[in-house]
Amino acid sequence: MAATHRRRAAGPLFVAPFMVLFLLLFLAPLGYAAYLSLFQERLIGGTAFVGLDNYVQALSDPQFLHGIGRVALFFVIQVPVMLLLALAFALALDSGLLRLARVIRLGIFVPYAVPSVVATLMWGYLYGPDFGPFAQLSRHLSVPVPDFLGDGWMLGSLANIVTWEFVGYNMIILYAALRTVPGELYEAAAVDGAGAWRTAWSVKLPALRPALMLTLLFSVIGSFQLFNEPKLLMAIAPDVISSSYTANLYAYTLAFTGQQVNYAATVSFLLGLVIVIASYAVLLTANRRRTP
Amino acid sequence: MPQNAFTSLSGRSSMSRRLFLTTTGALSLGAALTACGGGSGGSPASAEPVSRADTDKAMKTPTELTFWTWVPNIDKEVALFEKRYPAIKVKVVNAGQGTPQYTKLRTALKAGSGAPDMVQIEYQAIPTFTITDSLLDLRPYGASALKPAFVDWTWAQVSGGDGEVWAIPQDTGPMGMLYRRDIFDAHGIDVPTTWDEFAAAARKLHQADPDVYLTNLAANQVAAWHGLLWQAGAKPYATSGRGDIAISVDDAVSKKLGAYWGGLAKEGVIGVEPDFTDSWYAALNRGKYATWITAAWGPVFLSGSAKATAGKWRAAPLPQWDAARPSSGNWGGSTTAVVRGTKNPVAAALFAQFLNSDPAGAKMFATEQFFFPATKALLTDASFVSDAPAFYGGQKVNQVFADVSSTVNSSFQWPPFLDQAATDWTETVGKSLADKGDTVGALGDWQSRLTTYAKGQGFTVKGS
Repeated sequence: MAATHRRRAAGPLFVAPFMVLFLLLFLAPLGYAAYLSLFQERLIGGTAFVGLDNYVQALSDPQFLHGIGRVALFFVIQVPVMLLLALAFALALDSGLLRLARVIRLGIFVPYAVPSVVATLMWGYLYGPDFGPFAQLSRHLSVPVPDFLGDGWMLGSLANIVTWEFVGYNMIILYAALRTVPGELYEAAAVDGAGAWRTAWSVKLPALRPALMLTLLFSVIGSFQLFNEPKLLMAIAPDVISSSYTANLYAYTLAFTGQQVNYAATVSFLLGLVIVIASYAVLLTANRRRTP
Repeated sequence: MPQNAFTSLSGRSSMSRRLFLTTTGALSLGAALTACGGGSGGSPASAEPVSRADTDKAMKTPTELTFWTWVPNIDKEVALFEKRYPAIKVKVVNAGQGTPQYTKLRTALKAGSGAPDMVQIEYQAIPTFTITDSLLDLRPYGASALKPAFVDWTWAQVSGGDGEVWAIPQDTGPMGMLYRRDIFDAHGIDVPTTWDEFAAAARKLHQADPDVYLTNLAANQVAAWHGLLWQAGAKPYATSGRGDIAISVDDAVSKKLGAYWGGLAKEGVIGVEPDFTDSWYAALNRGKYATWITAAWGPVFLSGSAKATAGKWRAAPLPQWDAARPSSGNWGGSTTAVVRGTKNPVAAALFAQFLNSDPAGAKMFATEQFFFPATKALLTDASFVSDAPAFYGGQKVNQVFADVSSTVNSSFQWPPFLDQAATDWTETVGKSLADKGDTVGALGDWQSRLTTYAKGQGFTVKGS
């Protein structure tokens, strides 16, 4: 009797440390943000309960909606490019046909080890329209100077920075997944007469699916939370990157510039909701394709 | 005559130093001086002064104060205070420069713990912190007595609507113009004394050499815009009472400024690139801009940032709208304030006063940190104004800016939500400059954005 009792208590006890931390560090702040988003604090007049007013305001707030739209566009363009590059590098490295494979692997991964702040400052200099190397080269060749930091190019320039930073990271995940493919599969494929391309297409790619899903999900979250890069480029292109360029940046501006903490909580909450929906949509589409 | 008394304190002799220290300690004497001076900034009756005995007791009780500041090597000045009051230890913390520090301060104030006792605050940020009741009125601690020692407009900047003294001025940035004499000479351009002459020079110079612009008005630098508004005599913000504000950032004066700078930007005869970036530093070093419209801290800053151009620069006052009545604005400089929640208000308040008004310390700020002073004594101090740096071809640059300081208008006010005003400016007026668009129209956008924000924050908004 006592033994069963003890055994019954064991499960919850093992889970308890996780649950406590989960509650304290995850659910409690989330709940607090939700609570905050129902109030409005003013410089004059103090705090008042406003119910869902903040949400109503946010859903028709062009600055918030444009921010979401911009990161969605960013996601649609940047993520496929980045993942295809990562996939290509991973397959190339795994093929064993590359010389200096270790050096190349390290070289592609190194940008991930560079803090994104440093990376952005570096690219910001490279993009410079006056004294950046691209601008100087263009002037030397008498071709128009590309306006990397202008209105039209900015999103692409940001995408380039993010791609540069994260290709290596995604490549390592994919490459690690490839290394776990059992050798028998390759042997079987070889026996069936498959060449290198055929093996890549029919053996390696299917094996990579779970890892690709993982990188895709991370990329969804990363794109919608875009913050560091635009925040830093704001200093050199203040007329292009506004304080609401991305939804995350907008929430930050509201909280720390406008002191509208409650509205910032609302915007963050809605952004979280968008990310959940987008992630779920990605998962659903991918799974549907997987089960014919 | 308190004025004379304080002027004599400025001397470097140990006698006047001792006299000064007694004055700081003797708060009753301080109050008497203010009363005798008839200072408009102080109505001591409304704030109960702390008694001499209480002050002495506080200054002899072992205390540790925390001071947030981004001034490099300020330990030297702080040491003077610790020497004078050995019981008080001051812990200096660098919590970031400007906005990052304000953000941390605001967070600490909201959290109710972790805020310092004293904090460095720029003039323009003071109302942003007094609206939230975060600063201590320094009058009960004898601050009014210091009024005559400081340049009038700096004292006006730290004074509240009801005569409160919210902070003690530390350094200032009256605006002037630094120009490349070699470029001016090469193109036969005289130093412009009016904005009309300046515009003509801008066109002439850019036409003569398309790679060179007369100046760069940074599209991200709201502080410079505010300074230029200040010079033009604008009153963009006027607070009366706690919840009332008049916003007029698109009135006639502002529109004049908008049409002028927006026009020059549109013509393409001035630069509009963001300042304090790598590209901007490179541009100054390579002579892309023939002037830098800056403030009194600019000369020292430039001599460190544009070493390649040593000896080629000179200083002059800003061009004028009305040459008969020269005026200027302020850009930069800061103050020391006491956080209201401090547990040691007496020691903190005396620290803020001593740090910035002790003649030895104030002088040290000018010689060690190269701050442009806020005290009348230093602005007439022979050794300060006669400094003739080689970077400016031996010109007495400090004298130029000391003269400018006396032309700064005393009535310019800042909004109680400066960060918002700055962000909105960058996204409306700044953007119009960068895009070579409609700057006058953008002023209207700025006005309406600020009005919406202020109303949302519960203010009663007057003005257009």
